[in-house]
Amino acid sequence: MITEEQTNQAVAEILNSHKNEKKNLIPLLQEFQAKLGYLPKKSMQEIADFLEMPEVEVWGVATFYNQFRFVPLGKYHIRVCMGTACHLGGGKLILEALERELDIKVGETAEDGNFSLERVACIGCCMLAPVIVIGDKIYPKMTPFKVEEALIPYKQEPQSENS
Amino acid sequence: MTFGEINNKAKSEWEALQNGSYILIGTATCGRAAGALSTLKAFEKELSRRNIEVKIIQVGCMGLCYTEPLVVISKPDSFRVVYGNVTPELVPRLIEGYIIGDDPCLELALGTLEGGGEDAPYIPELLRFEHELRLVFRRCGYIDPENINHYIANGGYSSLEEALRRQPKEIIEEVKKSGLRGRGGAGFPTGRKWEFCHNAEGEPKYVVCNADEGDPGAFMDRVVLESDPQQVIEGMIIGGYVIGANQGYIYIRAEYPLAVERVKTALKQAEELGLLGDNILGSGFNFHIELAMGAGAFVSGEETALMEAVEGKMSTPRPRPPYPAQAGLWGKPTLLNNVKTFANIPLIVKRGADWFSSIGTEGSKGTAVFTLAGKLNNKGLTEVPMGTTLREVVYGIAGGISGDKSFKAVQIGGPSGGCIPAELLDTPIDYDSLRQAGSMMGSGGLIVMNEDNCMVDAARFFLDFSTKESCGKCTMCRLGTLQMLHILEDITAGQGKIEDIDLLLRLAEDVKTGSLCGLGKTAPNPVLTTIRYFRDEYEAHILEKKCPAKVCPELTAYYILPEKCERSCEHCVLTCPTEAIKGEKGEIKVIDQEKCVNCGTCMDVCPPEYDAVVKLSPVSLLPSTNLSKKRAKK
Repeated sequence: MITEEQTNQAVAEILNSHKNEKKNLIPLLQEFQAKLGYLPKKSMQEIADFLEMPEVEVWGVATFYNQFRFVPLGKYHIRVCMGTACHLGGGKLILEALERELDIKVGETAEDGNFSLERVACIGCCMLAPVIVIGDKIYPKMTPFKVEEALIPYKQEPQSENS
Repeated sequence: MTFGEINNKAKSEWEALQNGSYILIGTATCGRAAGALSTLKAFEKELSRRNIEVKIIQVGCMGLCYTEPLVVISKPDSFRVVYGNVTPELVPRLIEGYIIGDDPCLELALGTLEGGGEDAPYIPELLRFEHELRLVFRRCGYIDPENINHYIANGGYSSLEEALRRQPKEIIEEVKKSGLRGRGGAGFPTGRKWEFCHNAEGEPKYVVCNADEGDPGAFMDRVVLESDPQQVIEGMIIGGYVIGANQGYIYIRAEYPLAVERVKTALKQAEELGLLGDNILGSGFNFHIELAMGAGAFVSGEETALMEAVEGKMSTPRPRPPYPAQAGLWGKPTLLNNVKTFANIPLIVKRGADWFSSIGTEGSKGTAVFTLAGKLNNKGLTEVPMGTTLREVVYGIAGGISGDKSFKAVQIGGPSGGCIPAELLDTPIDYDSLRQAGSMMGSGGLIVMNEDNCMVDAARFFLDFSTKESCGKCTMCRLGTLQMLHILEDITAGQGKIEDIDLLLRLAEDVKTGSLCGLGKTAPNPVLTTIRYFRDEYEAHILEKKCPAKVCPELTAYYILPEKCERSCEHCVLTCPTEAIKGEKGEIKVIDQEKCVNCGTCMDVCPPEYDAVVKLSPVSLLPSTNLSKKRAKK
């Protein structure tokens, strides 16, 4: 989790680099999320004050778009492509396999904070369908069987850190 | 600098490059997904280990995505060779062979670009290129998208230079005469839009490029922006000059980080050379471009909703009229075109309307760009003259259906498009023919389905997408699509009633009439076309509780044929993720239908010589002991 102090500092930095114009609302939300990993409640209030608009309007815009999140992501964020080509190639089975392997539902973050799972519409790699993305790495031509294999290095890493 | 000086400098840089050996590696998102960055690293490492200085250039996508990572080796005194599927292990061999030596390693090559190698095909003569005509894509994969000089040396920005010397009205006439129609899907005549904007009253005016490519299964705009972004920028500047705007926006999906980066670099380089910014090429004309990043809403691709998003609001559509040409961004006249529409503009200015309108059909001029995905041999990207038939694209360019399967349907236009069956494969690709077939050009995603794809499930998939992405402004789109989705879910779960089909058709009409924007107006298309062409599949789901393609999980069961099961093998038992397969070593394996999640792993791992796992639909085909369990599951 991010401390309040860190949040405050990040918020101030980002706000200072923008003008008080309504068209900057979405860029502000995007930069906050890029910096903080998600949009904490406090940041929404800050943006509303800065742009001199009701906080509810900021929430309205933020909740309208798929990109914005209001809970922190896992250390490894997994995106499952659910575009047409991936669907036809069995994307739903891949998603189910991930839910099984990670023991979380899509949209959730695991309790230990290691993994979070998200479905996305299309990442534009249709010729490699079905694909998943772990962090920045794209895993092409997945099968439910290969899911387990793909997760191994990520599941092992936290242990090696402890040892 | 004058344009002549800029041009000379770019040309001498390009020529100097041609005078040495160099390596092109496709590192667009598709290449990266296939491992192009590892290949790149391997080249760098191997070259530095051997102390050889050869330029490596990261390029975009050539459209042959099925064979990524793709590498081209160019030598000044020999032909260029294209290599496909270049894994890091192959790199030392290529360097040894063609960089150091004179062996072009043709056994690893897809072909040559100049001819010369007898053992490898001459790429421009491949079957696929007989059908293709690359205009927007002609430089993709051959130039460095992050080096503006490559673009200029290959004809770039000479159209802008020419346009600035002509009257805006002349250019409008040229674009009108060319017959260019909007490449975003709806196909509105571009020249007329430009004329409206030019004539519209109000200041300031804006130019907006729609790069919010939200159709699942379509990635042409991504490839254009990652491979040759300058042509889009050049088209936008010309647009700004013609309508009298000084500010442009590119609205681009945040899901395309690499495209965003490459466009940013492209804008910066254009500014540095004075091709963008104040007093462009000394003409006194100012034009600036800002990036606006999409935040992941499909409806933002709709022109009026897009403008709401740029203004920083919820992306919901506005009623039309007034059209954006009269009242767009902040209520001012706004020229909004798709990425590929802008990319066509420099060509039309340069080569003229007569040349452009000689390509294509009566009503649709120029080329169509399609991504080829789904059950095809050669997936990727293609550009063909309008009027090319679907059959030529599927079989001529994409190499036909992969595996030992048969063609079932081709889906065009994403969630707004429709599924076109085998009997209509000779439909020419143009705006009007596709609309007649119940589909639409859309942004250009072409996805092929084979016998293993269930059409009812496909319709359900698209509707699920439209329901989730409906902005909620119009009741019929928000709730009508949801009703349709529930009915389709019932049908795919074997709970459908035969009158549901007519109910779907009625609802579809209501959703179309009751929606403000393109999303709602076209959302029922996948349902309408699948009912029109594949009604028998709907009936099989409803009447026989059978999914003919064996896709819908509630109507399908996996079964191990006892007579084929090799008892000593345990592949399925060991890999089943839910431990649903029972049977000690030496016993016949049986699937516990209660635990089975229909993932198909057992079928994948069962050795082909036994081939013991089958899918059954309807579930009633299961032997009675298995069946009772399957019923218990519900």
